[in-house]
Amino acid sequence: MERLQGLEDVGSADKDRPAGGIAGVAKASQTVNQSLLRETWRRLRKDKFALLGGAWLLLIILVSLLAPLLAPQDPLAIDLRLRLQPLGTPGHILGTDDLGRDILSRLLWGGRISLLVGFSAVFIAMTIGTLIGLLTGFLGGWMDNGVMRLIDILMAFPAILLAIAIVAALGPGLEHAMLAVAIVGIPYYARIARGSVLALREREFVVASQALGASQWRIISVHLFPNSLPPLIIAATMDVGWMIMFAAGLSFLGLGAQPPTPEWGIMLSEGHKYIRIAPHASIVPGLAIFLVVLALNLLGDGLRDALDPRLRR
Amino acid sequence: MTGYIFRRILTLIPVLLGISFLVFLILHLTPGDPALIILGPKANATSLAVLRHDLGLDQPFFVQYFRWLGRVLQGDWGRSIQLKREVLPLLLQRFQATIYLTLSSAFLAVLFGIPVGIISATRQYSLLDRSSMIAVLVGFSMPVFWLGIILQIVFSVWLGILPVSGMQSPDQTGWPDRLRHLVLPAITLAVGAAVIIARMTRSSMLEVLQQDYIRAARAKGQSQRSVVYRHALRNALIPVVTVVGLQVGYLLGGDILVEIVYSWPGIGSLMMNGIMARDFPLVQGAILLVATSYVVVNLVVDITYAYVDPRIHYK
Repeated sequence: MERLQGLEDVGSADKDRPAGGIAGVAKASQTVNQSLLRETWRRLRKDKFALLGGAWLLLIILVSLLAPLLAPQDPLAIDLRLRLQPLGTPGHILGTDDLGRDILSRLLWGGRISLLVGFSAVFIAMTIGTLIGLLTGFLGGWMDNGVMRLIDILMAFPAILLAIAIVAALGPGLEHAMLAVAIVGIPYYARIARGSVLALREREFVVASQALGASQWRIISVHLFPNSLPPLIIAATMDVGWMIMFAAGLSFLGLGAQPPTPEWGIMLSEGHKYIRIAPHASIVPGLAIFLVVLALNLLGDGLRDALDPRLRR
Repeated sequence: MTGYIFRRILTLIPVLLGISFLVFLILHLTPGDPALIILGPKANATSLAVLRHDLGLDQPFFVQYFRWLGRVLQGDWGRSIQLKREVLPLLLQRFQATIYLTLSSAFLAVLFGIPVGIISATRQYSLLDRSSMIAVLVGFSMPVFWLGIILQIVFSVWLGILPVSGMQSPDQTGWPDRLRHLVLPAITLAVGAAVIIARMTRSSMLEVLQQDYIRAARAKGQSQRSVVYRHALRNALIPVVTVVGLQVGYLLGGDILVEIVYSWPGIGSLMMNGIMARDFPLVQGAILLVATSYVVVNLVVDITYAYVDPRIHYK
């Protein structure tokens, strides 16, 4: 997977070493987290591109959520008399597709699906991956070795190939494509979380917590998990765009959303058949994917620089 | 070095075994009876049972896996249900087209990525640097299949100067025609890799240009050209070599989407046809071949890295 490089090394939240005894050290990690948030927001506000990306993303989310109100037509309504109408057609500002369906309405409804798939896939991948990474990194031993070898094997596949193999087994469909994309993402988050835990588990506040008799679950949930979050958040922000693109790719191949679902990947695939007479039918949905991913990448880049300025270059 | 290469090749064995197991497992879990797919819905229970026995489908999972693995290692990759042909020769024939496209894209990506990265680094924050970094961001955000369609629309439909799809015109043979067909798919596939190579080259060059030996070279009165190309670039290219190698692997994956956009007769389009027809031996073989190639490319990258960076001693 071609994603962010070196996230495993992104610094943890608490760079300063607090004084005040063992208990103070253990409690300090939470305070440092809050100040990190404030500092991150202060840096992020100065990054115009990140703010632009964030505002653009918010607008897209808002427009997609309001699709039932904003869409001028029913996205599934077929009108064969109005097939492949060009841009600017009265009543169909973005034209119509091969079945005479309004492209703007399908685009707005499709945004809901694409964003839902992207965010859900990242959520699933991040939750499972982080859990695996935290447990294997903290517990170590045979479990760490075994799981990491399995992850090595999963990462030995080109991402799209693994997703195709999973969908081939489960059968085409939007849910299956989302699941496949999420499964492909799990090793990535597991590695980032594990990398953070390996760096954190020898730190004073973790050792202090152990010395105070805290349970393994408490150490993982109260100390390791919150402090592993910054690199995971950066990865997730940039990953939503990647997963939207990935899921749209599966739909384009005929493995994701199925007709007549208004999803951007399948709209592209259907429009591709008519590039000679109606190029807008494939240009418009592709542009939508591109603009969402661009917004997420701008925001992700800004967030990465804000969370760890050492990575800026 | 020989010892390192040998050890590195040995580590490949468990990975390849893991890949083969995963490929077999995924397709084993696929709903649907292969015997029913082969004989069709009108087959009677007796002939289905006989075929299941012949195919070894009535055996335990691990017995089936090891038998399949044994056959794969002996070059028997099964028979395509849809095309009624041996899978391995079919895959190897189509793989040539995939390799041709992948290597051409890798060449283009290097040809554009490295010079852009060097210029961006030597003229940091210039208009050119900022433009190239915007191009990197755009390249990262653009779905490869959409880029392919845009190029088709512009260069084939509107300008009419390049073919829309395929690898060769039916009425023409020879290299000029094949090259014309290659241009758009190769550019489409190369863009993603080129922006990553450019970004890596820029980053690596910026780091090297801050080193003491570069300052010493400048202090000796060396020209900017000599400093950049003789001193900085040689060292900056070491991590770039790895990225280039890894990109070849990624191109193998991204190639599937590009093959579909351009109806390129490679392994990706063959695999997609296999999936739609539920042709499991073909899909299994295609996934195994691409994944194995990907792992082998990564091995070659590791070994190349050991060669180009004399500071690294592998133990």
